[in-house]
Amino acid sequence: MPIEVLMPALSPTMTEGVLAKWLKREGDEVRAGDVIAEVETDKATMEIEAVDDGVLGRIIVPEGADAVPVNQPIAVLLAEGEDRAALETFQPSRPEAPAVAPVAPAAAEVAGAVAAAVMPEPAAAEAAPPVKGRTDENTVTLTVREALRDAMAEEMRRDDSVLLIGEEVAEYQGAYKVSQGLLEEFGARRVIDTPITEQGFTGLGVGAAFSGLRPIVEFMTFNFAMQAMDQMVNSAAKTRYMSGGQMQCPIVFRGPNGAASRVGAQHSQCFASWFAHVPGFKVIAPYAADDAKGLLKSAIRDPNPVVFLENEMLYGRKFEVPDDPDFLVPIGQARVLRQGTDVTITAFSLMVEHALGAAETLAAEGIDAEVIDLRTLRPLDITTIIASVRKTHRLVAVEEGWPYAGIASEIAATVMEYAFDQLDAPLARVTSADVPIPYAANLEALALPRSDDIVTAVKEVCYRA
Amino acid sequence: MDTITAPPEEKTAPKEKAAKANAGRNRSEAKRRTKAPRSKKIKASAEELLTYYRRMLLIRRFEEKAGQLYGMGLIAGFCHLYIGEEAVVVGMQAAITPADTMITAYRDHGHALASGLDPRRIMAELMGRASGYSRGKGGSMHLFSAKDNFYGGHGIVGATVPLGTGLAFAHRYRGTDNVSLTYYGDGAANQGQVYEAFNMAALWKLPVVYIIENNQYGMGTSVDRATANSDFYLRGEPFGIPGRRVDGMDVLAVKAAGDIAVTHCRAGKGPYILQMETYRYRGHSMSDPARYRTRDEINKVRAEHDAIDSLGKLIIDGGYAEEARLRDIDRGVKKIVTEAVEYATNDPEPDASELYTDVLVEA
Repeated sequence: MPIEVLMPALSPTMTEGVLAKWLKREGDEVRAGDVIAEVETDKATMEIEAVDDGVLGRIIVPEGADAVPVNQPIAVLLAEGEDRAALETFQPSRPEAPAVAPVAPAAAEVAGAVAAAVMPEPAAAEAAPPVKGRTDENTVTLTVREALRDAMAEEMRRDDSVLLIGEEVAEYQGAYKVSQGLLEEFGARRVIDTPITEQGFTGLGVGAAFSGLRPIVEFMTFNFAMQAMDQMVNSAAKTRYMSGGQMQCPIVFRGPNGAASRVGAQHSQCFASWFAHVPGFKVIAPYAADDAKGLLKSAIRDPNPVVFLENEMLYGRKFEVPDDPDFLVPIGQARVLRQGTDVTITAFSLMVEHALGAAETLAAEGIDAEVIDLRTLRPLDITTIIASVRKTHRLVAVEEGWPYAGIASEIAATVMEYAFDQLDAPLARVTSADVPIPYAANLEALALPRSDDIVTAVKEVCYRA
Repeated sequence: MDTITAPPEEKTAPKEKAAKANAGRNRSEAKRRTKAPRSKKIKASAEELLTYYRRMLLIRRFEEKAGQLYGMGLIAGFCHLYIGEEAVVVGMQAAITPADTMITAYRDHGHALASGLDPRRIMAELMGRASGYSRGKGGSMHLFSAKDNFYGGHGIVGATVPLGTGLAFAHRYRGTDNVSLTYYGDGAANQGQVYEAFNMAALWKLPVVYIIENNQYGMGTSVDRATANSDFYLRGEPFGIPGRRVDGMDVLAVKAAGDIAVTHCRAGKGPYILQMETYRYRGHSMSDPARYRTRDEINKVRAEHDAIDSLGKLIIDGGYAEEARLRDIDRGVKKIVTEAVEYATNDPEPDASELYTDVLVEA
């Protein structure tokens, strides 16, 4: 029986890749461990090894093929003793989506403040529709990853005191390829690989910022920033105040925040509310590429310590971005991404995508949702939120983090204080479940907020459940 | 004007010496002293010696007064006095230029005075007054003067080490030959981030002098009870960072060692470690009764090794100045401290509106 070679998943978030090159030809003999092809993901070029001995019977996916889904058969190996005749009758299997078990309804009780059984959305991996509202400008299509890189590059060209420091930012080109090309343009003086030593290099960055440099400190993921929490909070955020305004700390802490995919509890956490709790920080968590670029540029120019929370799942998403090195997005302003009259949904980062998806679903059912991308979490744009609530009288606050003492809780308190009489229903929160994020596919899907959760919550506050 | 010669203290690090030091776990204070011999040849000018004397005495008198004011309730919170350790910061400041930077932890009054900050505004900060360097918002532990290159004044044990390494990084980045003096105590020396910083400083040859003020106690725990090997100056050895043990009760030995370390850094050779053997006469903070050591131990150090008395004796015995000159200096210093107290006492508390300012740089 011929053996199928499948397109492998080469990172936790990979759903497809480019089959860059075949290193073996049809008819070549291969041994287990031989490199037979090269695959490009959005992060790296990887080699595929044969897992069995045999002869490469047929190449199904040719060199150069783009967007080859994970698990798609790309070739067929003939086992020892088989001849090509075996291929005549062989039918390759169909590619399967990465298997995710359906969710047991009973388990729904644990799924956070708004409990709902969730099926993973098959479309979640696809690019979100480009953000509207930029069509009147001269724009280019960029991934969030490219937009972040361009923001850093433009600011580094503009100001010699801007530098990038972190693990794998230089020669490796960034663990998530965000800093691609920066070493080549700016050199090792300004793009600096560090040892794996978060507390140390964060403190070093803060000390450099005390003296007026503008370091961008990259955390490979914000999960590792916990090692550096003391330097961030006690040294970066508080020193200006403690010095009566004498000391400066113009620094940006950035990197991917929140759950990626199936990486377990210690690598899946949203720290938005942790950092937003601290006076002395500005905290930003963009969704679209134009905001990612415009806000990162503003963060780098800002004279204060800024925590800039990115999202690995969004790095590959494409959006229209103004083609203008002076394009800045002001810190502290939310963005109404979808106008609506029946309910307000607030979200940030990846959750904006789910909120927009939920709004489409709700529209089909006659509920007109307004979606606000908070973009900045500290200072929070209370004005935009309250103005929307005055219009819709209902609010669903979405965040990927835990429910307890979260951003959604803060929004709930704020709305109580400023618009108590405007609410026609109690505010609803959609958050992750109040548990460490589990590994199992079904449990992870249950733990993290999805579009369906938002739809359910909106129907509850609209009394349409 | 002459300079003094380098003291013959230990350098990094014949292995047998290290082993020997490690063997005597319950080393007496006297033995510790013998390991850090004093400077032998004095080549400092009379003017220099008198300057060191005056600077050390200013710290001593200022701190004594701060202790009194704490007892009167005029200074509150945590208040860590530098009495006994004055030679360290005065000697090191004599080895640098105003363009070099300094950062330290919370026992920072002496460092602020040695950096040239105005005693009146330091005292005002200690008392939480509007004219304090930090406008009364920092307190005893959080003195800063950015314009004097004095970067504080930090409350978290060990955190200054990466921060000071970052200041050194900035010196290098800007292409200057300035040096970062980074102070921490024997207690902080066991924090992990110290070694994260050592690694990067050595890897990138950053101009930082790590100054360990070994005052023998991390709060109430003696060095011997907290530290498997108290040869802190050897702890850079795995990273290739040279180090010295220095008699931190001898301002001339400190200055000489500081010269060596600073020259090393300025030459682009990377970091340097100085282990200052010193002693604090008072408790860890004002609220520490210091029952973990005997009065005899303190008295013995005061009687035999006091940095100010020793220098005074050297000045008189060496014929650099008459005793009357030292009495004049003492009178002058007392006047400065008295004026500082008067100034601070009459200074108002910060305006209530100050509560919400300086959190962020306003756009």
